Amino acid sequence: MTLEIAAILGIDGVANGAIYILVAIGLVLIFTVTRVIFVPFGDIAAFTALTLAALENRQVPGTISLVIALAVIAALIEVVSLVRRGDLHAVPRALLFYLGLPLLVVALVRFGIGFELPMAARIALAILLVLPIAPLLDRIIFRPIADASVLLLLIVSVSLHFALSGLGLLFFGPEGVRTQPLTEAAFDVAGILISGQTILIVVTSVIFSIGLYLFFDYTLTGKALHATAVNRTGARLMGIRPARSGAIAYILGSLMAGTSGVLIAPVNTIFYDSGFLLGLKAFVGAIIGGLVGYPSTALGALFVGLLESFASFQSSALKEVIVFSLLIPILIWRSLASTHSEEDIEE
Amino acid sequence: MSLLSVENVSVSYGKVEAVRGVSLSVEAGRVATVIGPNGAGKTTLLTAVMGLLPYKGRILYDGMDLSKLDVEARVERGLCLVPEKRELFSEMSVSDNLILGAYSRRDRNNVARDLDAVYDRFPRLRERRSQLAGTLSGGERQMLALGRALMTKPRLLMLDEPSLGLAPLIVREIFHVIGSLRDLGVSLLLVEQNARAALETADFGYVLETGELASAGPSKDLIHDPRLIATYLGEH
Repeated sequence: MTLEIAAILGIDGVANGAIYILVAIGLVLIFTVTRVIFVPFGDIAAFTALTLAALENRQVPGTISLVIALAVIAALIEVVSLVRRGDLHAVPRALLFYLGLPLLVVALVRFGIGFELPMAARIALAILLVLPIAPLLDRIIFRPIADASVLLLLIVSVSLHFALSGLGLLFFGPEGVRTQPLTEAAFDVAGILISGQTILIVVTSVIFSIGLYLFFDYTLTGKALHATAVNRTGARLMGIRPARSGAIAYILGSLMAGTSGVLIAPVNTIFYDSGFLLGLKAFVGAIIGGLVGYPSTALGALFVGLLESFASFQSSALKEVIVFSLLIPILIWRSLASTHSEEDIEE
Repeated sequence: MSLLSVENVSVSYGKVEAVRGVSLSVEAGRVATVIGPNGAGKTTLLTAVMGLLPYKGRILYDGMDLSKLDVEARVERGLCLVPEKRELFSEMSVSDNLILGAYSRRDRNNVARDLDAVYDRFPRLRERRSQLAGTLSGGERQMLALGRALMTKPRLLMLDEPSLGLAPLIVREIFHVIGSLRDLGVSLLLVEQNARAALETADFGYVLETGELASAGPSKDLIHDPRLIATYLGEH
């Protein structure tokens, strides 16, 4: 391997890593706030890409039916549970959040299809349409079992992924898509060609990371989310609703997954089930980071990206094997290195 | 009218009934205390009033039945619990802990002023405001728990074993602060094993034994009750 090849692989790896950072940070965000390892996260990214492709062809994306179906089910469940509790005055608000807002987004997208929209508007609509999916799934599936063990939540989450890829096939069909390039620009840096796409990916990832840092450190909502992650009971005693924190975490996470979907769709062909590998690799990155801190997660995800890039140079067929085999030594190392505090044992 | 009235409340963990048919009340602006031995059901009772445990019977707060309100809605209406385990946000700074105390308040403009007031009451917290809550000493953690509770602007503050595990000097300081909360117009329900200190602070006392109310009366009467002196208070 020459230095030049290493540099090219390195740049490629950083770009991959930047994508994994977006998804991995979203995963950690949702996990710390809700204790759910949201395996279908990669599916959200894939669905965004598929939605964007449909919008580019001025077709009605399958996401619309999916969102309508989920919104109706979630609204029904919420209203029934409110009526049972005798909490009738909360019904209009619940209908607004679980039915009104998702349908408003659907209407906006449906309206937008009628026009020749600029790329930025298409991207915004695609991400907007995907945002309600995770919070609605949370309401339908995870809220009723919010106090279950992490393992049970994980098992449900895995089955939810399989259900979603089935729905993906139903709503989007089996064809793969590739969206229009976001930029054609390319830069020659010391003899190595760096595409504008790569730079865009890295810059987006950096912007999101900084934005998230500012959100957690400087806003009351961000602090409340952090507090829910640190101590649920403590948060409830201060009037912070874990369910609301969870919904915000799902929306923020979906924003990051959706963005990553938009960023990879021009360079990779995306199928209805492409999200799984993306989510799984981001998950490996998050595990390397210990599923807790955001900087460590970002480093873990970057490492996975670089490893994947160099592994594919050594043996393209074995690159997934190399990345996933990495989990075993890392889990052993983590279980040896971590010290269990008294509080952990109590729980 | 009583601010809080607990009427014939029972709380069970599965088949075990930890609290049986307890009735008590806290008058507005007054301090009431529940004393009793370990395992008498004191913590269980507070947890149920806060809405963290289901109960049978009726709990009225400011004339309103609490059964339909979840924990968060109770906090919004001025009910606040400082649990025995404090439940601080250990990985967050002292000032963030305090700011989150005001999370559900509508009067956002007064939050900065109240934060200052808490720092005045606990100068140690001001010194350590950028330190992580998890790194504080036991006494400081209790001060932070109290400060954070005050930031919710409570009308009824429930304290579970505020003196537990603290050095005698700090216990005195904590009780001094508790006594001074009366001036803020906060009503208090205080659960304590340190029966003497609790009765000296409170206006009215309840004695809980194996989940049932054993006796009740004005603190100044209870403190001279020969049976209580023999079991809980000891000779002064």
